[in-house]
Amino acid sequence: MIATETSTSGERQAGDTAAWDVARVREDFPVLGQTVNGKPLVYLDNAASSQVPQVVIDRGGRYLREEHSNIHRGVHYLSQRATTAYEGAREKVRRFINARESRECIFVRGCTEGINLVMHGYGRKFVTAGDEIIVSAMEHHANIVPWQMLCEEKGATLRVIPMNDAGELLLDEYEALLNERTKLVAVMHVSNALGTINPIKEIVARAHKQGVPVLVDGAQGAPHLSIDVQDLDADFYIISGHKMFAPTGSGVVYGKAELLERMNPFLGGGDMIRTVTFEKTTYAGLPNKFEAGTPAIASQIGLGAAIDYLNGIDRAAAHAYEHELLAYATEKLSEIEGVRIVGTAREKVGALSFIIEDVHPHDVGTILDQEGIAIRAGHHCAQPVMKRFNVPATARASFAFYNTKEEIDTLASAVQKVIEVFS
Amino acid sequence: MSELSELYQQVILDHNKKPRNFRKLETANRHADGFNPLCGDQLTVYMQLEDDRIADVSFEGSGCAISKASASMMTQSVKGKTREEVETLFSEFHRMVTGELDEEATPNNLGRLTIFAGVREFPARVKCASLSWHTLHAALAGEDTTTTENLGPDITSDQVSA
Ligand SMILES: Cc1ncc(COP(=O)(O)O)c(C=O)c1O
Repeated sequence: MIATETSTSGERQAGDTAAWDVARVREDFPVLGQTVNGKPLVYLDNAASSQVPQVVIDRGGRYLREEHSNIHRGVHYLSQRATTAYEGAREKVRRFINARESRECIFVRGCTEGINLVMHGYGRKFVTAGDEIIVSAMEHHANIVPWQMLCEEKGATLRVIPMNDAGELLLDEYEALLNERTKLVAVMHVSNALGTINPIKEIVARAHKQGVPVLVDGAQGAPHLSIDVQDLDADFYIISGHKMFAPTGSGVVYGKAELLERMNPFLGGGDMIRTVTFEKTTYAGLPNKFEAGTPAIASQIGLGAAIDYLNGIDRAAAHAYEHELLAYATEKLSEIEGVRIVGTAREKVGALSFIIEDVHPHDVGTILDQEGIAIRAGHHCAQPVMKRFNVPATARASFAFYNTKEEIDTLASAVQKVIEVFS
Repeated sequence: MSELSELYQQVILDHNKKPRNFRKLETANRHADGFNPLCGDQLTVYMQLEDDRIADVSFEGSGCAISKASASMMTQSVKGKTREEVETLFSEFHRMVTGELDEEATPNNLGRLTIFAGVREFPARVKCASLSWHTLHAALAGEDTTTTENLGPDITSDQVSA
């Protein structure tokens, strides 16, 4: 059965036992039912983009069928409905990450745009020559390149928190990097390439001791962990909707109001202004100041629906189940001779990177695809991580709560097959 | 698995394991670097060009089995050929892997290189097979780098209609 808008999986879950009913959850995701190359699809590329449940598809469809209009500008019926739905999604995001106020949740198209928003709004305003910005050795290019561009423009310096061979950040080295020239720390919550969960609370606390704000790239955190931005005390927390069961084109920059107020706007245009004359423009308040132009309305409403979906399932059970999947996959692949796991941090979630001796990850990806298995092969937009581990690329299986142990068995036997082809 | 065994034929696996002309060419008077920024594959093609004829050719670099085998077999098949012959071969090879040339129906000079025809069933891998050829082409033209990005999409005719 595929869930409809009125029958969310939350309601159906109500009478359930504590165990995770994966078969039932899979029914919520229509894409999972198909075959690929004659085999049942095994979708293990969730870190790149997750699948979308029927309720989210339906919500986007309903917007397009019944509510489509531009937001914030019409007095007419449809515009008000669209605005209500869009702002409703913002409130859902606020609760989901426990922000104080919904105006602290800026809608953007995704994590990349979000980080660039902070680079332009905060970085270009407050960073000057001689300043330093700290990132970590495991960052996604999206959390490296904008800061490099800023450093180049301002004559500032990028400092890098190193990691150990397991893929864990070295906090003492981090502490040593913090100084009075540090203007921002930008780190990921969960590594897309290694699966490492970083100790964000600790990282934030140490930065705050020196009065330095922290941006957290939450692209891989939001789908797998419960996020409480006040508890983390993060100054910015950035999310991509398409990695947490919403459509592409949705995303969030959470920022503390006090910081967002002091920042420059990002894009200039309609919706972000209070008054415009040819002499001077004054900017709108939060969040509109950062939302110039017509946004991806349907996608952001979809993000709201995805959050509803997540609220409707037993998230604690889902998280526990995801841990079990990762542990099972790690065990299964480690058993195979010639396979090496890249990223063996104690705290991991979501992603399992591996290499097969003498076989390039692209060849692994192609052969697995023939078995209906979708994984990612490449550098995962984290070339410095590949260099750190001395590999050109890795194969990466990444999990969501709708994956099964049987799928991991299929993965393991396909990996065996790869080894046979290349032996 | 038939398309797969078509792609990973024994000859290709063999060239992957033991690539031919896999070294820096000391007598080279031309060389070019090729990158595939999507996957990080990278190789250098060296060539000793004498009176418009490739007297010797070699390559170095890292990549997947398809790109390594393609580079290896390419060096074997272009050695001793004139610029014009090589350009013809490049064009035929490129059209074969993108599905524009039916190597069985149309007379051509590809010879053993037709082993790469199977690549056209794997659109994501077309660039792997053609990277070395693009790099060779750049070296012939006297350029010193090329990336698969600048080459326009190596998409197959299948993909366009899909
Ligand atoms: C950790 C991390 N940061 C940033 C991004 C960029 O996200 P997006 O491509 O949605 O902007 C990704 C996604 O690939 C990611 O995994």
